[in-house]
Amino acid sequence: MAKTDALQGSLDLLVLKILSRRPRLHGYAIMAAIANTSGEVLRAEEGSLYPALHRMEEAGWIRAEWIKKETGRRARVYELTAEGKKQLGAEESRWQAVSLAINRVLREA
Amino acid sequence: MGFWSRLVNATRGERLNQEIDEEIQAHMDEAVASGRDAEEVRRAFGSTTRVREVSHGVRAAEWLESLLADVRFGWRQLCRTKVSTAAAVLSLALGIGSCVAAFRLIDALLWKPLPIAGASRLYFLSSKMVGFNGKPMEDSYWSTPEFEQMREAVKDQADLIGISGADRTDISWALRGAGNGSGADDIEKAHVAYVSGNMFSLFGLKPVLGRLLMPADDRSGAANPFAVISWDYWNHRFGRDPNVVGSSVHIDDQTFEVIGVGPRSFTGTEKGVDTDVFLPLNLNRSATHEDTSWHHIFLMLKPGESAATVLGPMLQHLSAVNHAFGSACSTCHRGETKEAIERFLNQTLSLQPASAGMSDLQKEYRRLLGALGLLAALVLLIACVNVTNMMTAQAAARAHEMALRISIGAGRRRLVQLILCQSALLAVLASGLGALFAAWAAPFVLSLVNPPDNPVRLALPADWRVLLFGFGLIVLIVLLLGLLPAMRASAVRPVAALKGGEDPHSSRRLMRGSIALQVAFCFLVLFLSAMFVTSFERLQNRPLGFSTDRLLLLETVAGKGQLPVVWSQTAEALRAAPGVDSVAIASWPLLGRIRINSDISINGAPPSPTPAFFLNVSPGWFATMKIPPISGREFNAQDTSPGAAIVSETFAKTYFPGQDPIGRTFQRGVHEPINKIVGVVHDVPDHDLRESILPVFYVPINTVNDNFAPSALGFSTFVIHTQSENPLALAGTLRQIVAQQHNGLRVSNVTTQLELVRDQTIRERMIAMLAAFFAVVALLLAGVGLYAVLSYSVLQRRREIGIRMAIGASRVGIVRIVTLDVLLMLLLGGCAGVALGLGAARYVASLFYQVKATDAAMIAMPAIALLLTALLATLPAVLRAVRTDPTEILRAE
Repeated sequence: MAKTDALQGSLDLLVLKILSRRPRLHGYAIMAAIANTSGEVLRAEEGSLYPALHRMEEAGWIRAEWIKKETGRRARVYELTAEGKKQLGAEESRWQAVSLAINRVLREA
Repeated sequence: MGFWSRLVNATRGERLNQEIDEEIQAHMDEAVASGRDAEEVRRAFGSTTRVREVSHGVRAAEWLESLLADVRFGWRQLCRTKVSTAAAVLSLALGIGSCVAAFRLIDALLWKPLPIAGASRLYFLSSKMVGFNGKPMEDSYWSTPEFEQMREAVKDQADLIGISGADRTDISWALRGAGNGSGADDIEKAHVAYVSGNMFSLFGLKPVLGRLLMPADDRSGAANPFAVISWDYWNHRFGRDPNVVGSSVHIDDQTFEVIGVGPRSFTGTEKGVDTDVFLPLNLNRSATHEDTSWHHIFLMLKPGESAATVLGPMLQHLSAVNHAFGSACSTCHRGETKEAIERFLNQTLSLQPASAGMSDLQKEYRRLLGALGLLAALVLLIACVNVTNMMTAQAAARAHEMALRISIGAGRRRLVQLILCQSALLAVLASGLGALFAAWAAPFVLSLVNPPDNPVRLALPADWRVLLFGFGLIVLIVLLLGLLPAMRASAVRPVAALKGGEDPHSSRRLMRGSIALQVAFCFLVLFLSAMFVTSFERLQNRPLGFSTDRLLLLETVAGKGQLPVVWSQTAEALRAAPGVDSVAIASWPLLGRIRINSDISINGAPPSPTPAFFLNVSPGWFATMKIPPISGREFNAQDTSPGAAIVSETFAKTYFPGQDPIGRTFQRGVHEPINKIVGVVHDVPDHDLRESILPVFYVPINTVNDNFAPSALGFSTFVIHTQSENPLALAGTLRQIVAQQHNGLRVSNVTTQLELVRDQTIRERMIAMLAAFFAVVALLLAGVGLYAVLSYSVLQRRREIGIRMAIGASRVGIVRIVTLDVLLMLLLGGCAGVALGLGAARYVASLFYQVKATDAAMIAMPAIALLLTALLATLPAVLRAVRTDPTEILRAE
C-alpha cells in the first residue's frame, strides 16, 4: 500500500512518459516497464493502473487499439496522442517544480 | 471526443464490460506467463468487479446509461399494458395534433411577422368616430390627398405607406411577343392592390426579375404606368416566363406595363389574400378625390426611433392633420348638418402594431381561432388527465416495487426519472402521431374557410415556430403526466408500503379530483360546442324571405357602360334559351358582397339618422326571386329611377310609421329628385344573414339623368331562374349567349344564389363542425376516464365490498358507496364547468347568432349529455361491484 501512496498523483506522469518512449504497449507491459526502469522501486498496482488508463483514454491523452497477438489472444495496446504529449510536458514540469521544492525543504530545514 | 465516446459506450454497456474483462484477463495471462503466481496476480487486482466498475464508470456516461435503462424499462412497462397504452397514445395524439394544428393556423394568420425588413416597426392607422347615423364606428380607409398631407407631417420620424385592399379585379393580359391580345374574352380575375411607391424599398424587398415600383412611378398622370407582379402569380399564371417583364395588363381602360416580379416570400400585407398585381397608388382614379376614402395607411417608424416616445406625439400630429383636412374638405360631407359634421370630425386616431399585416380575415377569424385553440387545449387536457390517471393507477400497483427499490438504496431522483421517462415515451409516441394529424388538419380547416370562387391563401409552413411550439407542448405534457405520479412514487415510505399499510385511499383521492377536473373541462367544451352548433342551425334555418331554388347569377360587366336597353336585350336573349324560366336584372345580387347606403329625406326635410340601403332591379325581379308583395305593384318597363320606388316593410315602418306608404314620396338627399312609392314588399336580408333587418328600397334599373336621358350601366347581375335542379348546368350556354350578343357585355363571374347564402355561413359552419368534433372527442375521453377510474376503484375496494356484503349490506347500499363520490365529483365539476363556460362565452359572444350563454337549453344540453355518458361509463363498474361474490373474495384473501 505504501508504494501506491508514493505513486499517488504521479502514475499518470509515469504512464505518459513510458508511452512517449515506447509506443503501443499493453497494460502489463506498461506495468513491467515502470518496474524495470525504476529498478523495481516503483510499482503500479493493477487495481489502479487500469482505471487510470481508461480515464486518460477518455481524456484523450492516450488512444487504445485491440491487436491480435501471436498467441491468438487479443491485447489492448496504448499510445500517446498529441494531446497526451502536451499533457506529459505539463506534468513533467510540474513534477520537476514539486521535487525541486521538496529537495529545497529537505536541505534547508 | 471523450464525451462522444462516453455517450456511445453508454449504449453498449454489456460489450464494454466484456472488453474490460478481456483486458484484465489478458493482463493476468501475461503475468502468469512471465512467471508470477496466478493467485498473487488476482490478489493484486483486488476485486475485479470493482476494477471493472470503476473503469466502466470512467468510460461510459453513467447518467445516459441509467436513462437508457429507464427508457427500456418504461417501454416494457408500456408494452405490458398494450390496450391502455394505445388508448393513451391515441387520445394524446388527438389532443396534441389539434393543438398544433390550431397553433399553425393562429400563428400563420395572426402572429407570424410579414416577411419584410422592420416588420416590428410597422403600424396600422385607424380612426374611431361617431358616424352620421349617430352610431360609433371604426374606419381604416383614407383618401389619397389626406394621406399625402399626413405623410408630409410626420416624415421626420416615420414613413407612411398607402396600401389598398387586394381586390379581386377583372384584368386581361397582352403578353410581350405574343401579338396583340385583344382580350375581350381573355378577361380573368386577379387580386390587384394599389401601393404607394415607397412600399417596396421600405420593406427592404428585392425583385426576382426586373425592378420594383419606386416613388417616381407613383405620380398621377405618370407617362408610363408600371405594374409589379408577385412571385406566386408569376409562378402559377406565367410558369415563371421571364417574358412577362414588358408585357402589359389592362384594367378597365387603363394599361400598365409590368416592370418586375417581387420576391418569393412577399404576397402583400393582407394575410389570407395573395396579392397578384401591385399598381402605383396615385394611378388609381380615386387617388385625386378628396372625398373618397379607399386605401389603408401603414406607418413605419424610422430605424432608431423608439415607439414609446414617438408614437404619442405623432398620433397627435396626425389627428391635427386629419381634423384640418376634414374641415377644409368641401365635398366630403355634403348634405349633412353642421353638428353632425362637427361630431364626425372629432375622431380618435390610433396606431396598432401591424407586424403581421392587417386583413379582414384576421378580424373575422381572430376570436374563432381563439375559441378553436381553447377547445383543442381542453381536449388535450382531458386526455392528459386520463393518462395521468392511468399512470397513477399503475404507480399504485407498483408501490411495492417502488418501496423495495428505495429500501435497497435507489435514489429518489432515479425513481422520478423512471416515471418521467415513461411519460416522455408516451408523449413522444403521441406527438409523432399528433404531428401527422396536424399536418393534415391545418390545411383541412383552412379549406373549410374557402368560398369556392375566392379561396383563402395562407402559407402554413412547418417552420421552426411550429417545431418550437410542438417541443414546448411535449415538455409540458411530460411534466403534466409524470410529475404527479413521480412525486407520489418518490414519496413512498418504504416501511409502510412494504408492510402493505400504505394509505390505499390516497391515489383514489387524486383520481376523484381528476374526475372533477375532467368533468369541468368537458362541460366547457360541450357548452361552447352546443352554442356554436345552435348558432349555425339557427342561422342556417333563418327565414330568407326569398327563394334560392334554381337561381343562377351571371355577374356581368360592360367596360365603360351600356345603356339599360342593351341590358334588357341581353336579358331577352337569355330568356329565349332552352331551360330558362325567367330572367331579371339587379345591380348586384342579394347577400353578395356589395351594399350601398343612401340618405332618405322625406318632403325635403334633412336626412333622417337611419340610412337605407337600395338595389336597382328590373321588372320581374321580385317574381324571379319569389319575394311576395304586400301591397301596390311591381315595376314595369316604363318605370325609371328616379321616379318609382318599391320599399320593404321595415322601410315603410321606419319612415312612414302608421301610414300607408303607397303614393308617398321620398328623396335620396335634400336636393335630389323625388321617388314615388308604388309598392311594398316583404323584408329580406340584403347583405348579411346575421344582421337584423334594415330598411331597404328598390328602384328601377332604368336610371335617367337630370335631362331624363337614360344613363349607362357599368355592371349588373342577371338573375336567371332555370328549369333544371342544378342551375350551374346551364352556365356555359348562357355565358356564350351573352358573348354572342357582341354588345360589350361580359360575364365576369358565375355563381348561384344558394352559394351566396352558403358563403354567408362559412364561419359558423366551420366552427360548428369543429366544435361538434371536439365535443364528441371530449365526451368520449371523459367517459373512458370515468370508466377507468371507477373500475379501478371497485377493483381496489373489492375486499371491502365483499366484507360489507358478507355482513349484510344491501345492493343499493353497495351502489351508493361506489357511486356517491363520483356523483359528487360530477356535480362539483359541472358547477365549475358552468362558471368557466359563462366566462368563456362572453369572449366569443360575437360568434353566436341568436344564442345566449344564459339560455337554459344551452346549459341543459351539455349537462344531459354528460350525465348520460357518466351513467354509461359507471354502469360496468357498478355491475361488477354488485355482482361481487363475497365468499370468493374472502376465500381468496
